[in-house]
Amino acid sequence: MADTDEPEKKRRRVVELTEKMVVDGGSRDGGEWDGRWNHINTFLERPGPFTHPDFEPSTESLQFLLDTCKILVIGAGGLGCELLKDLALSGFRHIHVVDMDTIDVSNLNRQFLFRLKDVGRPKADIAADFINGRIPGCNVVPHFKKIQDFDESFYRQFHIIVCGLDSIIARRWMNGMLLSLLVYEDGVLDPSSIIPLIDGGTEGFKGNARVIFPGMTACIDCTLELYPPQINFPMCTIASMPRLPEHCVEYVRMLLWPKEKPFGDGVGLDADDPEHIQWVYQKSQERAAEFSITGVTYRLTQGVVKRIIPAVASTNAVIAAACATEVFKIASSAYIPLNNYMVFNDVDGLYTYTFEAERKENCSSCSQVPQDLHFSPSAKLQEVLDYLTENASLQMKSPAITATLEGKNKTLYLQTVTSIEQRTRPNLSKSLKELGLLDGQELAVADVTTPQTLLFKLSFTS
Amino acid sequence: SKRTMAVTKASKDQKYDRQLRLWGDHGQEELENAHVCLINSTASGTEILKNLVLPGIGAFTIVDGHKVSGQDVGNNFFLSNNSIGRNRAQAATELLQELNTDVSGNFVEEVCVFNYEHTCLRLGSVLWNANIPFLVCRTYGLVGYMRLVVKEHTVIESHPDNALEDLRLDQPFAELKNHIQSYDLEGMGKKNHSHTPWIIIVAKYLEKWFSEHNFQFPKNYKEKEAFKQLIRQGILKSEKGTPEDEENFEEAIKNVNTALNPTKISSGVDDIFNGEQCNDITSQTPAFWVMTRAVREFVHNDGGGNLPVRGSIPDMIADSEKFITLQNIYREKAMQDASVVSKHVESLLQSVGKVCETLFCKNAAFLRVVRCRSLVEEYSVETVNKDAITSCMDSADGEMVLYLMLRSVDRFYQQHSRYPGVYNYQVEEDISKLKLCVNSLLQEYSLNVNVKDDYIHEFCRYGASEPHTVASFLGGSAAQEAIKIITRQFVPFNNTFIYNAMSQTTATFQL
Repeated sequence: MADTDEPEKKRRRVVELTEKMVVDGGSRDGGEWDGRWNHINTFLERPGPFTHPDFEPSTESLQFLLDTCKILVIGAGGLGCELLKDLALSGFRHIHVVDMDTIDVSNLNRQFLFRLKDVGRPKADIAADFINGRIPGCNVVPHFKKIQDFDESFYRQFHIIVCGLDSIIARRWMNGMLLSLLVYEDGVLDPSSIIPLIDGGTEGFKGNARVIFPGMTACIDCTLELYPPQINFPMCTIASMPRLPEHCVEYVRMLLWPKEKPFGDGVGLDADDPEHIQWVYQKSQERAAEFSITGVTYRLTQGVVKRIIPAVASTNAVIAAACATEVFKIASSAYIPLNNYMVFNDVDGLYTYTFEAERKENCSSCSQVPQDLHFSPSAKLQEVLDYLTENASLQMKSPAITATLEGKNKTLYLQTVTSIEQRTRPNLSKSLKELGLLDGQELAVADVTTPQTLLFKLSFTS
Repeated sequence: SKRTMAVTKASKDQKYDRQLRLWGDHGQEELENAHVCLINSTASGTEILKNLVLPGIGAFTIVDGHKVSGQDVGNNFFLSNNSIGRNRAQAATELLQELNTDVSGNFVEEVCVFNYEHTCLRLGSVLWNANIPFLVCRTYGLVGYMRLVVKEHTVIESHPDNALEDLRLDQPFAELKNHIQSYDLEGMGKKNHSHTPWIIIVAKYLEKWFSEHNFQFPKNYKEKEAFKQLIRQGILKSEKGTPEDEENFEEAIKNVNTALNPTKISSGVDDIFNGEQCNDITSQTPAFWVMTRAVREFVHNDGGGNLPVRGSIPDMIADSEKFITLQNIYREKAMQDASVVSKHVESLLQSVGKVCETLFCKNAAFLRVVRCRSLVEEYSVETVNKDAITSCMDSADGEMVLYLMLRSVDRFYQQHSRYPGVYNYQVEEDISKLKLCVNSLLQEYSLNVNVKDDYIHEFCRYGASEPHTVASFLGGSAAQEAIKIITRQFVPFNNTFIYNAMSQTTATFQL
């Protein structure tokens, strides 16, 4: 009878289809098993109402993720460990990870790929080993290096780059690097030169995740004002008018240590050396007692000296997961990516805010328009230097300024090489006119915050 | 031995340093005394536990009767392919335990049939009656869901962002008044004048303003601007008549608006004072309510309608001596007020412990009480929160539709003993079946809302999959909520949280 036939037919179809899924979903390389990628396949093989317009369901998308797609993870710390796990369990197998740090005990409360026995070893190496061991077939390649140790030829090989950094300078450098890879033909951006950058950041119970398509959407520098500059205590407060326990610690770190050289001549304060911290702690207590200030503890001392930012596993898990979801969306075209910035805070309930950060028309990094510098010809070079470091949209750290004068490239001021710094220091107190600079002159500025030189146009005010 | 204990504490302090700066040693102690139970070691489950094991939860128990499948290993970091066929609770416990030797993990092989509605409601009732907080979490396709079920959760240390200061400039207490009197701004030398705390400056100029304005505070924008001008005129002038650089005066002007905020008790705290638990204090009453009642007594009898003085002031430009002296005025008053509160506690019943009182008084302005509706209330036709559901559905693509879809797929499971669209061939044909479930749900609760077909299709498409990244997002979110409950610091959500990984948006509903 037709009815009794149906269940049998259905059962056979179920068996066929699961077999088909296994063959399609698995690779013949070692480490595959039935159903391994089931949780991901639904998004790659099935059409849906909310998919990206470019999405085409296919059994080949998984192969692309497994065999071809190359992802770069920057940072193997709180966010990095989470990102590596998330990507490995989302079908990505060709992953590189860059981190210049070694493992510290204080990492162990959240950087779960590391154990006590790993303390002192490079984060990138241990993280890669752990993932490769836990996730068969995954090939994480570690690089115990700084991001600045690599050039365009390294970065160009990746489909997507995802950052879990704890430094704004490093972010900006990465941002600049990807912008420098962009190719313009007749003023039109070649889309194949765009490498998407997913950036995550966390601090205590707060975090954010953002998606950047260099050259198309807001870059890191477009929204630099979202990262207000670090506030340092005024010198007079530290030197003669302390009020808070923090002021006492900064006094010891900045003024007393250079004076007393407690561990010998030329021995700088090593924030990771408990003996050094202990000395700073004791001296800070003495300083505090002088002014009847309470509250200096070892923990506070360490926090001030190392500029410690509190951190927990949960926030890193949330932000990394959001970033990894975006990597998956972009790599598979399964959904329209986050457009383009999500903020998260779980101090009071759970709060998120998702918005589109806008490109800045005259962004110093991605607008390709030389920035105007407005100064009077009698302004001193020092004023220009101050502007470059203090302006909220620029926030440079130690800019080196060069100009083309009489057909020759002349370094006006450079801080990072002692001999050149000494030679060019007198220029700081000279006026722009004295230095021979002309109205409309281009100045080239290099800085740690960007891998490429930024061009500025000098515009004299009367 | 004592020495071993000291060494262990020191190494734990190092390991947990970054989180101790958030919830303190006392919060960590609560965490280390806690025992958490996870039911079903799915990817979501193990990710939640990971974020509890790493910070050092005392113990965990996993209850799961399932055997590990190939599919399970594919999305779960704490299951390996050589555990396929083994009990899932056991396999997961091993790899989670390995994360942190400070934690004790164990497991129970017991199957919890996850017909969500049925099982959750039954389990929910048991836990409700036992006063054990219950957190329901699930990842369904690109949707994350959390439901907190706790009868009453009190929070002393809510750690508010951007809390207003408690300066009492509108009602200076006696010691503060005397201290302000001791300053003679006009008779000071330049150095002292430029290093007088802005609190003193505002107080002094307020006195001036009072004498000229019939003892009324600056009330509106115009008056506040005029008041700022009055202060500005007090800036010392050089011989040429140009104003000197007095940063403390600039600080005073900048802070006028907040300084003039009237001292008053927030409505939230007022509600807590008027809570039932506050009225009938017995030996069984939790410490939180004893303390609240004591502070209420203080407010009515000793504080002139105000809370105990908080005792902290923000940093401000001043020389050390002036700042510390002023800071101590506030601190000593706070200690005085706390000991008066202490006497009220004694007269109510046995002392609750000195540390608690000081901490309580410091946080009196920020107390929070979270009460969740039970699952029975959420699911019963008589008590369903129709208004919340209907009004949220005005934005048809918001998170509320995802909640309704989750309820609908559970109905589907009840009827068909499986979730929709698990196998490719089922996706199309399940759409109409799921739609029937959606309609019957809406009808049962008389919800006059429209669920777009796209969402029904999407939920069939998901095939009850649990992609790891969504499970991990949920794992982080849920673990922190659990930590909030355990440490009684920071404020838990109330009571339904939805995460939409498609749009990277979230919403919280009180259902």
